[in-house]
Amino acid sequence: MAERKIRVLVAKPGLDGHDRGAKVMASAMRDAGFEVIYTGLHQTPEMIVNAAIQEDVDVVALSILSGAHMTLFPRVLELLRAEAADQVLLTGGGIIPEEDMAALQELGVGRLFGPGTPTTDPIEYIRGWSAEREAAERA
Amino acid sequence: MSTVERGIPVAEQRAQLEERLRVKERELAELRARLAEWEEDYAAIGERDASFTTISGEPVAPLYTPADLDADWDYGVKLGLPGEYPFTRGPYTTMYRTRLWTKRQFSGFGTAIETNRRYHYLLEQGQTGLSVAFDFPTLMGYDSDHPRSLGEVGKCGVAISSLADMETLFDGIPLDQVSVSMTINGPAIMLFCFYVVAAEKQGISADKLRGTVQNDILKEYQAQHAWIYPPEPALKLIVDMFEWASQNAPKYNPISISGYHIREAGSTAAQELAYTLRNGLEYVRRGIERGLDVDDFAPHLSFFFDVHNDFFEEIAKFRAARRIWARHLRHELGAKSPESWRLRTHAQTAGVSLVAQQAENNIVRVAYQAMAAVLGGTQSLHTNSMDETLALPTEKSVRIALRTQQVLAFETGVANTIDPLAGSYYVEDLTDRLEARAEEIFEEIETLGGVVPGIEQGYFQREIARSAERQQREIEAGERIVVGVNQFLGGNEDVHVDILRIGDEAARTQEERLARLREERDEARVEETLERLRQAARDEENVIAPMLECVRAYCTLFEIRHTLESVYGAFREPVFF
Repeated sequence: MAERKIRVLVAKPGLDGHDRGAKVMASAMRDAGFEVIYTGLHQTPEMIVNAAIQEDVDVVALSILSGAHMTLFPRVLELLRAEAADQVLLTGGGIIPEEDMAALQELGVGRLFGPGTPTTDPIEYIRGWSAEREAAERA
Repeated sequence: MSTVERGIPVAEQRAQLEERLRVKERELAELRARLAEWEEDYAAIGERDASFTTISGEPVAPLYTPADLDADWDYGVKLGLPGEYPFTRGPYTTMYRTRLWTKRQFSGFGTAIETNRRYHYLLEQGQTGLSVAFDFPTLMGYDSDHPRSLGEVGKCGVAISSLADMETLFDGIPLDQVSVSMTINGPAIMLFCFYVVAAEKQGISADKLRGTVQNDILKEYQAQHAWIYPPEPALKLIVDMFEWASQNAPKYNPISISGYHIREAGSTAAQELAYTLRNGLEYVRRGIERGLDVDDFAPHLSFFFDVHNDFFEEIAKFRAARRIWARHLRHELGAKSPESWRLRTHAQTAGVSLVAQQAENNIVRVAYQAMAAVLGGTQSLHTNSMDETLALPTEKSVRIALRTQQVLAFETGVANTIDPLAGSYYVEDLTDRLEARAEEIFEEIETLGGVVPGIEQGYFQREIARSAERQQREIEAGERIVVGVNQFLGGNEDVHVDILRIGDEAARTQEERLARLREERDEARVEETLERLRQAARDEENVIAPMLECVRAYCTLFEIRHTLESVYGAFREPVFF
């Protein structure tokens, strides 16, 4: 049986237009064999969660460089839970101080990545998360 | 044509010239022969394991000599003197010997009240100009209390939703004495009107205002993405500003044509150079189409380039930019005044070159980049702070960044002589190569039908994304070393850097300020001035006079944005990935 590819939604929430990281990550993940959907810019949390459900993704990866991460990550998480889509991994990256990363992880957000991260780090992280989830499903 | 020039017959002149050329060719042939031997020795010794290319991927030879310059390389044609066509050596006659560059740190956060305090601090520290960073809602034309502003108010710039905020921002700062640069594009015209009226309230008329508004919408579609309207009406608004400013605010630069964001989004130096200058030429063409005299508005166009890590490539970029601009303005667009040919620029060190790992090392990166900008002949400079990969900079790191410029200006001696790298075979070769690459890219853009069709087809966006991917691949393959990222990792665990935290108080303060404003202003006047603006937009008139009336009536940013949107529509990005 052909293995189902990991499906990732790369999203730019809020008004932030910095999409270099999002695009580089999206194409690196595609090269790594993931199915990648990129939302484009200026998405509301509602638009992102709708897209995540319609596209039936495993992972939502937000890229935020505007400083609005403490509002936008929790909001997307809350909407995913409201849609009973909380098995979806919410991860991402941007200009996010370490303390904020830790606080968001407490809430249930996955690992977050800062500037200078090699593209292989988030890819390995997502692969690891996916393998764990499959193992848990089999158990 | 006269047969005799300076008393010497033409035949004799020709003979002299031919003799000089023969000597030059003989010398070059000798040099080439010796070089061939030298190259053998070089090959026998071998090179260390590294890729010798500029950061943009241009190959770099081990040695540059006169043999690398074109046979017809001519000092007068290629370089000239500072302040003279083609301005390669600098836009002004005396450069830093009369006045050092303007040290202009980009800053803004929270509300106008907090940012006003930071501006007073920066001016006390010896900064000589101000540069306003707006928050994302302002950059997109939303008021702080608009639902789309959720979580973003005051976060990476100052929130300005109306004239009242602009008045607070410059409280106690005389706008006829301090030049102010504003980084705003989609709603540039609105913020410009806020600024003009804020000055008016200080008793200062527009003709006394010095400063710059970025107002470069083309690079927004290409790279930075803070747009509102589709390209055609957006370009119309920019020409409105050229027209109004050339008549009413002659010391003010109504645009800063910016390569910074193009480079930060991932382009190479050559792409930054070519896209920026081609955008500039587009604005000039649009002004001419409106019927403006090119020599009335071209002298007020200013530029803004990135300064990345590759020292010589960056210096060459500034020199090439001046030469290309001068030639096109003079020969393609028919500008007669040398003021129109002269490219003046602001520079900012490359934010994208900073890394989170061992963030203090960023101070060193910024210092080298700043030196390149000065050797390139910039008119003003922003140096980034070391902690900007983590958050907005603290007061301490901003001070270090400013001090970096002061060490450069007063201790290193680089400002003592004009364009000191001219005549370096390497720098001249790089300057020529960048110029040639830019001309090739201009031709590519023409085959697409110009800048706007290029944007609509996603050409710029795709090319920039490709370059960004290549650079990332090079770093991950270890072909390009970034200290602290893929080499020299010792110390990475020691990451504690103090950061500036911005809470959500700014949003609450702004909500209160806006509520009060809406209560106190004359609603009938608001409606009436907005309606007059809508009518002017429909009739394709210059919208600045009616917009100034809206601002005086304390219409908010979003109300003005929305009024024009009802006529112009909104831009929808074609998504390319």
